[in-house]
Amino acid sequence: MFDQLDLTKLIFGRLTWEAIPLHEPILLATFAAVVLGGIALVGALSYFKLWGYLWREWFTSIDHKKIGIMYCILGLVMLLRGFADALMMRLQQAMAFGDQLGYLPPHHYDQIFTAHGVIMIFFVAMPLVTGLMNYVVPLQIGARDVAFPFLNNFSFWMTTSGAALVMMSLFVGEFARTGWLAYPPLSGIINSPDVGVDYYIWSLQLAGVGTLLSGINLLATIVKMRVPGMSMMRMPVFTWTALCTNVLIVAAFPVLTAVLGMLSLDRYVGSNFFTTEFGGNAMMYVNLIWIWGHPEVYILILPLFGVFSEVVATYSRKRLFGYSSMVYATLAITILSYLVWLHHFFTMGSGASVNSFFGITTMIISIPTGAKIFNWLFTMYRGRITFDVPMMWTIGFMVTFVIGGMTGVLLAVPPADFVLHNSLFLIAHFHNVIIGGVLFGLFAGITYWFPKAFGYKLDPFWGKCSFWFWLIGFYLAFMPLYVLGFMGVTRRVSHFEDPSLQIWFQIAAFGAVLIALGIASMIIQFVVSYIRRESLRDTTGDPWDGRTLEWSTSSPPPDYNFAFTPVVHDSDAWWDMKKNGYVRPQSGFLPIHMPKNTAAGVVIAAICTVCGFALIWHMWALAVLSFVVTIATVIIHSFNYKRDYHIPADQVLRTENERTRLLAIHA
Amino acid sequence: MRNPTAPLPSPAIATAGTAPPQAAAHPSARYYLTHEHHPANSTLLGFWLYLMSDCLVFACLFAAYAVLGRSYAAGPSGADLFDLPLVAVNTSLLLLSSITYGFAMLEMQKNKLRPVLIWLGITGLLGAGFIGLELYEFMHLIHEGAGPQRSAFLTSFFALVGTHGLHVTFGIVWLVTLMFQLKRHGLGLENRRRLMCLSMFWHFLDVVWIGVFTFVYLMGVLP
Repeated sequence: MFDQLDLTKLIFGRLTWEAIPLHEPILLATFAAVVLGGIALVGALSYFKLWGYLWREWFTSIDHKKIGIMYCILGLVMLLRGFADALMMRLQQAMAFGDQLGYLPPHHYDQIFTAHGVIMIFFVAMPLVTGLMNYVVPLQIGARDVAFPFLNNFSFWMTTSGAALVMMSLFVGEFARTGWLAYPPLSGIINSPDVGVDYYIWSLQLAGVGTLLSGINLLATIVKMRVPGMSMMRMPVFTWTALCTNVLIVAAFPVLTAVLGMLSLDRYVGSNFFTTEFGGNAMMYVNLIWIWGHPEVYILILPLFGVFSEVVATYSRKRLFGYSSMVYATLAITILSYLVWLHHFFTMGSGASVNSFFGITTMIISIPTGAKIFNWLFTMYRGRITFDVPMMWTIGFMVTFVIGGMTGVLLAVPPADFVLHNSLFLIAHFHNVIIGGVLFGLFAGITYWFPKAFGYKLDPFWGKCSFWFWLIGFYLAFMPLYVLGFMGVTRRVSHFEDPSLQIWFQIAAFGAVLIALGIASMIIQFVVSYIRRESLRDTTGDPWDGRTLEWSTSSPPPDYNFAFTPVVHDSDAWWDMKKNGYVRPQSGFLPIHMPKNTAAGVVIAAICTVCGFALIWHMWALAVLSFVVTIATVIIHSFNYKRDYHIPADQVLRTENERTRLLAIHA
Repeated sequence: MRNPTAPLPSPAIATAGTAPPQAAAHPSARYYLTHEHHPANSTLLGFWLYLMSDCLVFACLFAAYAVLGRSYAAGPSGADLFDLPLVAVNTSLLLLSSITYGFAMLEMQKNKLRPVLIWLGITGLLGAGFIGLELYEFMHLIHEGAGPQRSAFLTSFFALVGTHGLHVTFGIVWLVTLMFQLKRHGLGLENRRRLMCLSMFWHFLDVVWIGVFTFVYLMGVLP
């Protein structure tokens, strides 16, 4: 590691001009587009003098609502990148048959499928889920903010750091070519000597710090900061699922940290955790990473089960059917999600008894999940359903997710898995549950809570376009993969010989194009809604006639969320209040104690990004320096004892009077 | 259930200086608090959760040691390498430092700043002694050709013990920082909370070390 200690190496490590991919036209074009877009963005921000506003009101904000929105923006931006990867793969596979090699060399194709997986899970689904939880949970439990507001800001910026490193790998060096979980020995230093795996490791480590801290934060928030009267069994179901998700985050992410730490020791120090010589054991990596990885898929889906529960109850005008069975089903899934990891590698050969144990636990998970589906159906039964966009996503989810769940139960049978393992059947299965479950849920949740966050509804026409494009596009893109999987086509292949397969890949590519239209509709929806915001305006704070506390405050909520802390007497607290003729208090306000904004989160995360970059490129001097500076900044920040302030009572009065006025005008 | 009409509040707009609402008389008063709500401070719970997550990092390293701890790759074993008397001294330093931290906490209860600082200082020195001996042990092993690259057993050994050592090092950095902060701000509520958190951290590392001592060193020298 330290054998060539000359100065250039010390400063620049292995970073040379070679690392800039000037010879790859696709990357060069992307780079040009990104640079032009970046210049345009920076120029626009400077022209409209928005930097100060962004810095003061957003980047340094410790308001859970703003941080939630920033998480969602990060997720949506990264969705574009992740989806671009998906389109490239679909195009390549639709054309690369026989003599036609396609347009992506294997070296590039392998990076794309790795980046696609990593980005979609860590930098699309995770930020969107965390963003929703961040925004909604404190409002649902009637809190002013989360338990640790500064930490919340820091967590967001660490997640962004990770995303920034992944994006950098596009233009400086390369990304991993190992698949999204980077199994050794392929990801070891001998088989992957380049920077790709190091980009993978450090982007996930940085983002992982953010995820873990935000998990701790939301857990403490839900446990400690509920309003009086909100016992555990009166929490809204979304808060329940958020609680379970954060339990899973705190109990699973340290395993990822540890196993990536071990992999980096193998790569950087030459130790032997997962090597084939000197007694290492590569299957230990696979076990450990799935001990994190399986809970991770439930981290993604559980909060969306919560979203569907809120949406179904609201748009059916009924109390959720089977509240307590919903809670127990969520808890059962939380626990069971730790007992199934080995079903990801039945082919390891751990023997019939071990495989049957994990096969059976996997099948058992479908029971509480099925209970949930029935609860949603019974909530709709005899409800007064309105088919607003969130409800459409929910019904699309119920149909799609059941199909995905059933193919999952097929894969849970070990002998069947031996045949289907690593095939496109598996790819179709997990896209079926992740798109049909996680993404549909996220879109339902975004449409549902958007008016709360911004004060106006999303345009329903473009929302419905987006829904139908996504739904039909999904089926066209992934049903062919089930067929191909049954034919024995394996995943991660960039070129095929058998021409009879081509038609299926072409159908799948067409489906991907429809999904692209779905994403385009969504972007148009945001723009159109912004332009038409006056006619879509929500002045009541309760546009959907909601049931939980977040709908009792204005849209968007004031900084302090609730002028007076609500008291809860029912699990559908706001519904209960409305039913009993609740009248909003309009005087007697007190000063409200709030946390102060701070730049520490952005600064520390930025230095950590530099440190990560230095470690990736073996720039030891910079790595040591930035590490020391990180610690020093943390210490300096800890000397700041003045972290809060009071919103004066007359300012609260002014804000609340404004709301009274709006409500009166539109009464 | 079927009545979705939300009653809107009366349009009367209050002005600053209005008398507080007649909370008790108001029918909606059961739906909100008229005084400021102070949820219990969550720092200790949050820190406890962090410790449990850290505990899982150690659990993984222990698991790795359990899997690889006998994979010597024809190299030296624990019985060949471990110097138990040295480790015993090391262990007693760390255990003693937990006791002295306890004394600091007792003095904190009595609101005496100076003795708190003295006990913290002693704790830090004991911790530094522990780190010093551990570094000596590591240097010695590497010098003998038993570095982390030699075998999977040594890899998992260095990773587990080294991670613990890194934690103690950060604990010392934190301890020194906290001593400065105590000097500057005294034993206020915030500093008491910080002392409590570091206390949990320090004792946690002690507990982990007991696991390391038993599982790695004592059981490692067994044939």
